Amino acid sequence: MMGDSFKKVYNWLDERIGLKPIEELAKHKEVPVHRYSFWYYFGGMTLFLFSVQVITGMILLLYYRPSAGTAYESVRFITTQVHFGWLIRSIHSWSANLMVGALFVHMFSVYLLKSYRRPREITWLTGVLLLFVTLGFGFTGYLLPWNKLSFFATKVGTDIAGSIPIIGNTILVFLRGGKEVTGATLTRLFGFHVMVLPLTIFLILGIHLYLIQKHGMALPVREARKEKEGEKIRTIPFLPNFLYRDAIGWILVLGILVFLASVFPWELGEKADPLASAPAGIRPEWYFMFMFQTLKLIPSKVLFIEGELLGILGFTFGGLILFFVPFLDRKSNKLEENRLFTILGVLVILYMIVLTVWGYAV
Amino acid sequence: MQSNRIRLGIVMKKIDWIIGIIAITAVLFVGSAFGKTDYCIQCHSEMDDSPKSPAVLIKSDIHYQRGLSCADCHGGDASKNDAEEAMSPKKGFVGKPSYRQIPNFCGRCHSDVEYMRKYEPKLRVDQLQLYWTSNHGKMLKKGDRRVAQCVSCHGVHNIKSIKNPQSPVNKINVPATCAKCHADKKYMHKYNIPTDQYAKYSRSVHGKLLLEKRDTSAPACNSCHGNHGATPPGLASISAACGECHGINRDLYNKSPHKEPWAELGYRQCVQCHDYHLIKELTDEDVGVGNNAVCIDCHDKGDGGYEAAFRIKASLDSLKYDIRIADSILAKAKKSGADVGELTFELGEASKGLIEARNRVHSFSPDVVGEVTSASMQKINIVIELGNDSLKALWHRKIGLILTSFLILLVAGLLYLKIRRVEKKK
Amino acid sequence: MSKEGAGNSRRSFLNWLLGGGVGALLAAAVYPIIRFIYPPEIPQATQSSVVAAKVGELPPDSGKIFKFGTKPGILIHTKQGKYLSFSAVCTHLQCTVQYEKSKQDIWCACHNGRYDLTGKNISGPPPSPLETYNVVIKGEEIIVSKKA
Repeated sequence: MMGDSFKKVYNWLDERIGLKPIEELAKHKEVPVHRYSFWYYFGGMTLFLFSVQVITGMILLLYYRPSAGTAYESVRFITTQVHFGWLIRSIHSWSANLMVGALFVHMFSVYLLKSYRRPREITWLTGVLLLFVTLGFGFTGYLLPWNKLSFFATKVGTDIAGSIPIIGNTILVFLRGGKEVTGATLTRLFGFHVMVLPLTIFLILGIHLYLIQKHGMALPVREARKEKEGEKIRTIPFLPNFLYRDAIGWILVLGILVFLASVFPWELGEKADPLASAPAGIRPEWYFMFMFQTLKLIPSKVLFIEGELLGILGFTFGGLILFFVPFLDRKSNKLEENRLFTILGVLVILYMIVLTVWGYAV
Repeated sequence: MQSNRIRLGIVMKKIDWIIGIIAITAVLFVGSAFGKTDYCIQCHSEMDDSPKSPAVLIKSDIHYQRGLSCADCHGGDASKNDAEEAMSPKKGFVGKPSYRQIPNFCGRCHSDVEYMRKYEPKLRVDQLQLYWTSNHGKMLKKGDRRVAQCVSCHGVHNIKSIKNPQSPVNKINVPATCAKCHADKKYMHKYNIPTDQYAKYSRSVHGKLLLEKRDTSAPACNSCHGNHGATPPGLASISAACGECHGINRDLYNKSPHKEPWAELGYRQCVQCHDYHLIKELTDEDVGVGNNAVCIDCHDKGDGGYEAAFRIKASLDSLKYDIRIADSILAKAKKSGADVGELTFELGEASKGLIEARNRVHSFSPDVVGEVTSASMQKINIVIELGNDSLKALWHRKIGLILTSFLILLVAGLLYLKIRRVEKKK
Repeated sequence: MSKEGAGNSRRSFLNWLLGGGVGALLAAAVYPIIRFIYPPEIPQATQSSVVAAKVGELPPDSGKIFKFGTKPGILIHTKQGKYLSFSAVCTHLQCTVQYEKSKQDIWCACHNGRYDLTGKNISGPPPSPLETYNVVIKGEEIIVSKKA
């Protein structure tokens, strides 16, 4: 009987919005099983953490007040007075970090498995854009509690952007909403954080997810070659087998989030004082650390170029390479192993890890 | 074209010359406008050793900087290039005043209201008058040429404003300046007074503040002894001297049961417990009936004062105990992630009761001390209660965390079973 | 037949348990969110200004200590009927100052520091003046704010 009425509702909806194709897609979606299948989970993990961000972010907005005089106090109010405010705020902070972490793992696994190759070039491009937008979220969100550390980290971060020749100053003024980091910067970054970036990310994420459904899960080069040679690759259905596995990962991460938020609550620190001198050991968020440390290590002058500029140019160049990888790697498209790109990727990962650890050790 | 350029060059050179000449004339003109050559300084500068030194030192002298020069004190005519003429007694030349003459020598101007008003209307003019009341002044009058007069402290020929940090009588330098003589055993031998004041002062609360932390709100020697009228405060005026800054304590003392009996016994008010020069920062251990307490120097078990001392100490101790408890609770709550900013503020406010209670010890009345300690303790007890509440709330968080973790592991396990079931079916 | 039935019941038991578990988990996630959304008893206040007192609460020629953020402030109603406000933290050793009627000045009980009614340190150990605040009267409320 229950089944009957469910069917009725389903048919009614199907007639109007078309549920059948979605059902078909879900039914037939298969996930290949091979030695690298584990890495498939990280895309979904990033998406899950993103949802956590959306939910916690939305409700934090109910109490947050974006101005220099009120931001710190309102976050304090959230963590001390609002029911579960400490939890929600802490989860938002921790989840942001775990999300960036999951995103990095996702991206590097896709890179090393060369899943960006034809016909998934656009999926990769949107993915890289999602990375940039996510880092933008991190950068803009960091300032919002308006505490000492975030204030000076933002100052240093925007200063670095300001040292780009010709357009640097324009970027700096654009980011800061003036020449200095002030309340105007806070309001501006808040606007980016809750309006501009979310709309952007939803648009790009929509394309990204659509393309994944369209092309299905990518195979590593070796598996793809086997498939081409007529070998059958073992798969499991996405529904429910893979989704269940995904769900296990999600709730475990949820558990980790709750644990981190309860046992290591995200500190609020001291209120920012624009007139105070910069505290020792200003650090950006960990995912910017390798760039920060690189800029610190480059000598002030390399040949005739300024060191900082050289670093920025290097990272811009690296970002462009990352973006255009699908068009640079021609071997993978022909299902040949591209050792050069694999080694390059591993080197970049090692570089990032070493510099990050170095940055924290010093 | 080229010749034009050369001609232009010549014209430029000419212009340079003209500018140069104008500049030199201007300098000469301005120089003469500001006063003719001071031949005292000019001649003495060309001499050696001691006759030369005043001419050098005077450049940094406050008097010179305000437009006065040698002749304004020593008389004579600075406009004469001839020594005899310039230093002729006919021109009022007095030369070097003797040791005993110096106070009056300076006083000619510094006691002259009309004269001083032209230079520094705010400056007092009673220094000389005060000086003659000081021990220094009295002994100088008797012919002692070892006692301090104006230049002993202020320096000579390079006298600086007391606001100048290099002045020997700038507040921070005063103790060392007095110590030049007063810490010199040989020099002071004849007077039969101690020479350890400076050593003691530098170790005192006041000395540490002034000399180490450079806190000029702390007193130097002259703050208690007076400067020009320097003299040891008499017995009755000790509390007046200390009370200049420690007014609360003075008032409390004056109303306390110690005041009259101590006066009769010849006890030295503040100094009786706190010592002088080596002003001790008394701790709570100095109060009460413990081994280190100063109260038991006079009070024995059984008398009223003994009991009062005991009760005062008990009040202080229980307040301190409560503050410690509250502190540890808040520290614990903070460590566990609770926000205790509000409570820390409340505790800080309540803890100020301890400062007041320590002040009130000078009433030597257990009731007066107890009044403020019990009020503070009431406030602190509220803080303790709220602090415990927030610890309890943290405990709730932990329980919540444990339950959630359990639930999550359960669901994860069930999902695992479900997957196995689904895949086995195939 | 019976084996299959046992399998079925075991499966439905697992499904039931799983459904319950997921339901509980959802509830555990939604509960804090709902509690969060519902506003707390203590309303959110801005800290750059604070209601120090109500009009009429303070008779002329008296003062009152109020909490300004995490530090005490002092509101003074002068004999002439003017409202003045300062930080109540003595610049000497951070004791809380008070208004003294008899001298019409601000006085710190700890070391007898005195400030006049412009906040200037006039006697005793305080090394610097008290920070002055702006006072605005809005309807029934006396609002004190920090000077920009």
